[in-house]
Amino acid sequence: MSGAELTGAGSETSLVWAIRSGDESAMATLYDRYSSLVYAVALRVLGDTGAAEDVLQDVFLQLWRNPAAFDSGRGHLGAWLGVITRNRAIDALRKRRPESDIADCVVSVEPDMAGEAERSRAMEKVRGALGGMPQAQRSALELAYFEGLTHTEIAAKTGEPLGTIKTRIRTGLQALRKAFE
Amino acid sequence: MSTHEQFADDLALLALEALQGDQRAGLEKHLEGCSSCRRELERLRGDMALLALSAAGPAPSRRSRERLLKAIAKEPRSQKTPARRSSFAWTFLPWLATAALLLLAGFFWQQSDRLSQQVARLRDESAQQQAQLEKARQVVSTLTATDAMRVTLVAAQSPPQPQGKAIYVRDRSSLIFLASNMPALPPQKIYELWLIPTNGAPIPAGVFKPDARGSASVVEPPLPGGVEAKAFAITIEPEQGSSTPTMPIVLMGAGE
Repeated sequence: MSGAELTGAGSETSLVWAIRSGDESAMATLYDRYSSLVYAVALRVLGDTGAAEDVLQDVFLQLWRNPAAFDSGRGHLGAWLGVITRNRAIDALRKRRPESDIADCVVSVEPDMAGEAERSRAMEKVRGALGGMPQAQRSALELAYFEGLTHTEIAAKTGEPLGTIKTRIRTGLQALRKAFE
Repeated sequence: MSTHEQFADDLALLALEALQGDQRAGLEKHLEGCSSCRRELERLRGDMALLALSAAGPAPSRRSRERLLKAIAKEPRSQKTPARRSSFAWTFLPWLATAALLLLAGFFWQQSDRLSQQVARLRDESAQQQAQLEKARQVVSTLTATDAMRVTLVAAQSPPQPQGKAIYVRDRSSLIFLASNMPALPPQKIYELWLIPTNGAPIPAGVFKPDARGSASVVEPPLPGGVEAKAFAITIEPEQGSSTPTMPIVLMGAGE
């Protein structure tokens, strides 16, 4: 997967508008741009290609049915799809109904990742930030993010205090942000 | 950090959809009124999106793309083709507009009709009040007129003495008659007042039944205009009244 898949190009807004107007070819273009990202996240969470494909279908169908759920003025479509996919995959993993409406999910990504060079640098920064974290923090973050474990479950699994886990998760996420400041 | 520190950890958990129950409800309530915490939640989700970059794996199958495009094609066209939606909308827009105008016209017609009825009712009420006012003015005028003929009618017998007083203004054909101590009437009978003109037959001047105390009145009975009265008299008549007096005369009086 490339960084370009996360953020998309300058034509992203026009693509979203084309989808809003019912343009099937625009949906195909969007799929070609972001399906690898969506599928990678879903597969990482679910570990099963069939289940990951189901989530892939669900995420893009949701966007097709309700394109207005994505507010292009408040973030990049790739980032939004990444978060929506992760949450849907966790719901599938836990066999629970989605708790949040996709329209309620507002994602703010500060770095400008519109260009190819910026996206490559973003990838390096994320990997660098993860690599620079203490193992316990990175583990807590990945358990929460990719396995959908609650802080209570992580605390039980690692034997560490609940508050410590909560703080690790928060500071882990913020460490990713700081890599771009 | 401008975020409320006590919510900092929970915001990250909420971003990860890991916050449940009362804690989630409490934080969501706080978020409704706290823009800085909402902003932090959006940024935490942005951090989550960055984390997605660390996921890597094979591309989805070609079949998956076809499956999605087929699913999209099966969606109801009205939900996915705004051009057709637009066409649909434009087809029906004039009808909708017409329907809306008709509804509005009906509404305003109803309003107008109701207002017309209200105006008519108010006009009637006003006319009635005007008539009552005019009648009252005439009563006062008759009672106080210097040219009024005042007549007291008494019985020939001793007490209790039935008594009647008629006040008549010829020029206005206005008459007020007040009676007291009138004996109770036989069944299906009524007292009738007569204006006895200087020339001609007695003219009916109203009927009345006394109350329990024997009091009664006749106010402004319909009378022919400008009749010179010689006297007034009362007889007992059938309940529906008579056009000629039935003897005997119960009360009678001439002008003073």
